Amino acid sequence: MSDNVLSGLAEIVEEVAGVAADDVTAEKSFVDDLDIDSLSMVEIAVQAEDKFGVKIPDDELANLKTVGDAVNYITSNK
Amino acid sequence: MTGLLEGKRLLITGVITDASIAFHVARVAQEQGAEVVLTGFGRMSLVQRIAQRLPKPAPVVELDVQNQEHLDTLADRVREHVDGLDGVVHAIGFAPQSCLGAPFMDAPWEDVSVAMHVSAYSYKALVQAVRPLLSHGSSVVGLDFDARQAWPAYNWMGAAKAAFESINRYMARDLGPDGIRVNLISAGPVRTMAAKSIPGFSELEKMWGEKAPLSWDVDDPTPVAKSVCGLLSDWFPATTGSMVFVDGGVHFLGL
Repeated sequence: MSDNVLSGLAEIVEEVAGVAADDVTAEKSFVDDLDIDSLSMVEIAVQAEDKFGVKIPDDELANLKTVGDAVNYITSNK
Repeated sequence: MTGLLEGKRLLITGVITDASIAFHVARVAQEQGAEVVLTGFGRMSLVQRIAQRLPKPAPVVELDVQNQEHLDTLADRVREHVDGLDGVVHAIGFAPQSCLGAPFMDAPWEDVSVAMHVSAYSYKALVQAVRPLLSHGSSVVGLDFDARQAWPAYNWMGAAKAAFESINRYMARDLGPDGIRVNLISAGPVRTMAAKSIPGFSELEKMWGEKAPLSWDVDDPTPVAKSVCGLLSDWFPATTGSMVFVDGGVHFLGL
């Protein structure tokens, strides 16, 4: 798993949802552990698209349950 | 074809993601030569980021239609970007959970009133707020979902849309003498952020695709966007108080 993508994503999550970047670790669930609502998820995805140059379709976003899922998706699609 | 909206200055509400119908209205309008200002609600940083994805990045002014101060200052804040408006697009709607999908008979007034305020009354409030910027020949377009019938799950949002359709007629009556046209696009279902919050949406989208004589693609917002731009253009000069169906033809079928 890419540490660069993880730390970049953690910064975005901190900025959008106010969750401390250190708490954003691979095994955490966006909804259950980090308490992130659906619009915040959209904003995180949009920022991640801009930052990493990937496209995250809405249907795909629904499958990204954990931070690790998102890191893996970004890493394999950028 | 290009240049349908050459030189038109438009205020477009209702953009939240790049799947929003309003985003595609803004995109097509810019492609046709319009200058676009967006309004954003709540997540301004998200809307501003999305505004950068338009062919020409558009300015965003904040508008919560339940906030009187936002409405009172809207014209001045729009004027910072354009010196007047030739068109306004209303693409705003919200209903609390008890109003969408939950048993229709159980929704309390405190929730219904929010749905009515944000999804129906706001049409008048928006147009009134920017009225000083609208001159003779300008066009107001609202995004509607056919409220003449009862739909699965749509419930109080449907009742709000019925009010919206009525408000469209009264505004058309009162603004007509000033040369301002007021019309609705009654669209088929398009897969947006708002659509995802409608519990019966998947049922609706499946039915639509099967029924529509012209066929219907829930993932393609462009037919709706183009039609909104048509009404914003000078090519419907004698049309007001109307509801134009952009639904692949579903509205006229019995079964």
